[in-house]
Amino acid sequence: MTDCRSNLQRVLDSGNFAVTAEIGPPKSASGEAVQRRARLLKGHADAFNLTDNQTATVRLSSMASAVLCMQEGVEPVLQMTCRDRNRIALQSDLLGAASLGIRNILCLSGDHPRFGNQKGAKGVYDLDPVQELMVFRMMRDEGKVWGGDTLEQAPQVFLGAVANPFADPLDLRAVRLAKKVDAGAEFVQTQAVFDLDRFERFMKQVRERHLDERAHILAGVIPLRSAGAARYMRDRVPGMSVPDEVVDRMSKAADQRDEGIEICLETIERLRSIEGVHGIHIMAIGWEDIVPEIVDRSGLSQRP
Amino acid sequence: MIIAERKGLDRIIEMLDGRRSILVAGCRSCVSVCQAGGEREVVALAEALRLHAASKGMDRSIDTVTIERQCEKEWVMEIAPLIEGKDAILSMACGVGAQIMQQAFTDVQVFPGLNTEGMGAPEVQGVYEERCGGCGDCVLHLTGGICPVARCSKSLLNGPCGGSQDGRCEIDPEKPCAWDMIYRSLVRLGRPDLLEINIPPKDWSHSHHGGPRRVVRKRAVLSEEEVA
Ligand code: SF4
Ligand code: SF4
Repeated sequence: MTDCRSNLQRVLDSGNFAVTAEIGPPKSASGEAVQRRARLLKGHADAFNLTDNQTATVRLSSMASAVLCMQEGVEPVLQMTCRDRNRIALQSDLLGAASLGIRNILCLSGDHPRFGNQKGAKGVYDLDPVQELMVFRMMRDEGKVWGGDTLEQAPQVFLGAVANPFADPLDLRAVRLAKKVDAGAEFVQTQAVFDLDRFERFMKQVRERHLDERAHILAGVIPLRSAGAARYMRDRVPGMSVPDEVVDRMSKAADQRDEGIEICLETIERLRSIEGVHGIHIMAIGWEDIVPEIVDRSGLSQRP
Repeated sequence: MIIAERKGLDRIIEMLDGRRSILVAGCRSCVSVCQAGGEREVVALAEALRLHAASKGMDRSIDTVTIERQCEKEWVMEIAPLIEGKDAILSMACGVGAQIMQQAFTDVQVFPGLNTEGMGAPEVQGVYEERCGGCGDCVLHLTGGICPVARCSKSLLNGPCGGSQDGRCEIDPEKPCAWDMIYRSLVRLGRPDLLEINIPPKDWSHSHHGGPRRVVRKRAVLSEEEVA
């Protein structure tokens, strides 16, 4: 039988430290920007997330962007939020994704329409991300859609979820992750880590529950471009934790861009030493060009 | 109870454009409690409309009435004499009351004076919060007596999402995070185990998504003889 696993799954299954990175689709009917980034980033990570109308702002669809990436020989992670599609559309899109050769699926609730450019939109939330995972796993493992109707062919996909160790209540964060792993998450990408102490506490809870043995955890990182960006994330983005030291370091730096990269590299180094962390996920939205440098300087440029 | 808010005066004036004889009809039930469409609000609005008419030199008469419950035909029918000669009814009840009014008086157009927000309760004096989304399949026993459908901004049944911070919802710091409350309630109730259980996809066919609902209480339905 041929190996239908994704590259990302093979890397993780073989025990290698994985690298994923995010590509933000443009507000455009042209896929040129996605293809350009795919060409630029090719070989610098094991798979690339295509965000799904991030911050509830209308953009080129994640599905189309994923296909554009594949045309450039780059493996996609298709993000699928519960915000915009009910269970009919989600299941149909999963079949569609699998039929196009997309193997990695990331299930998430999605930013509330309040944050985007369609504030009057009706948020769907027919399923929540735990339920989305349950449904997708059933489709893959039992070859049935939700409710029991049999599929002629089951979608062969690697299922992922997100986790935010920095949101509240802290004690519920590992519980919530456990629910996602129970529901079918095989890989997990976390919110960006700046607050390493809190992340370590979270990972301790994760290990106590042996979740790291049941799912591959990829810790998120964001290279900071400026002190302003650090401050914005600290003060304005719900569920993000950016310690004051990080903001201070950025404000005092002679070259903020260099300092941002430096902080990112230090973070990656510490993350690599944490038991149960199986990879990193780089979110450099709008600054995707920096990814090769970060991967290279982290000593992770030899991708398996 | 039903929570509602009065539409802005400009909006109401715009709706009533060209009407000469208006009945402003309030309701003594929920909308009176939430101070949107009770007697006091009816009188105040009628006065505002009269002032406006006078300032524009309009020939317009405005009467008022406040019905016990505008959502029940029997109460509504009692005001039939007041409808004589009116060319508009401005309903100051919830959307249900406004519809019963139109159903009862088919020849006079009913205008909604309120925006109906949903089912809720007064939280503190003057603050009314949504509490139930009418999903038709209540899960409060699994969520510590706090509704995830109406009180979580994303109706998550296995929450909280990644935006919950300091007990506040990501969409608005004025709004408490439902899952933070559910967590604390279940811990207090000695049932944190419920937080670990995956709630499967909800059957929304019991909610409005299954089409308009209709409840038949057989024992209350009159037989043909009784009707006759
Ligand atoms: S679970 Fe459904 S019925 Fe129960 S309070 Fe919430 S919306 Fe209302
Ligand atoms: S912050 Fe809390 S209430 Fe708001 S969407 Fe997330 S889980 Fe729901």
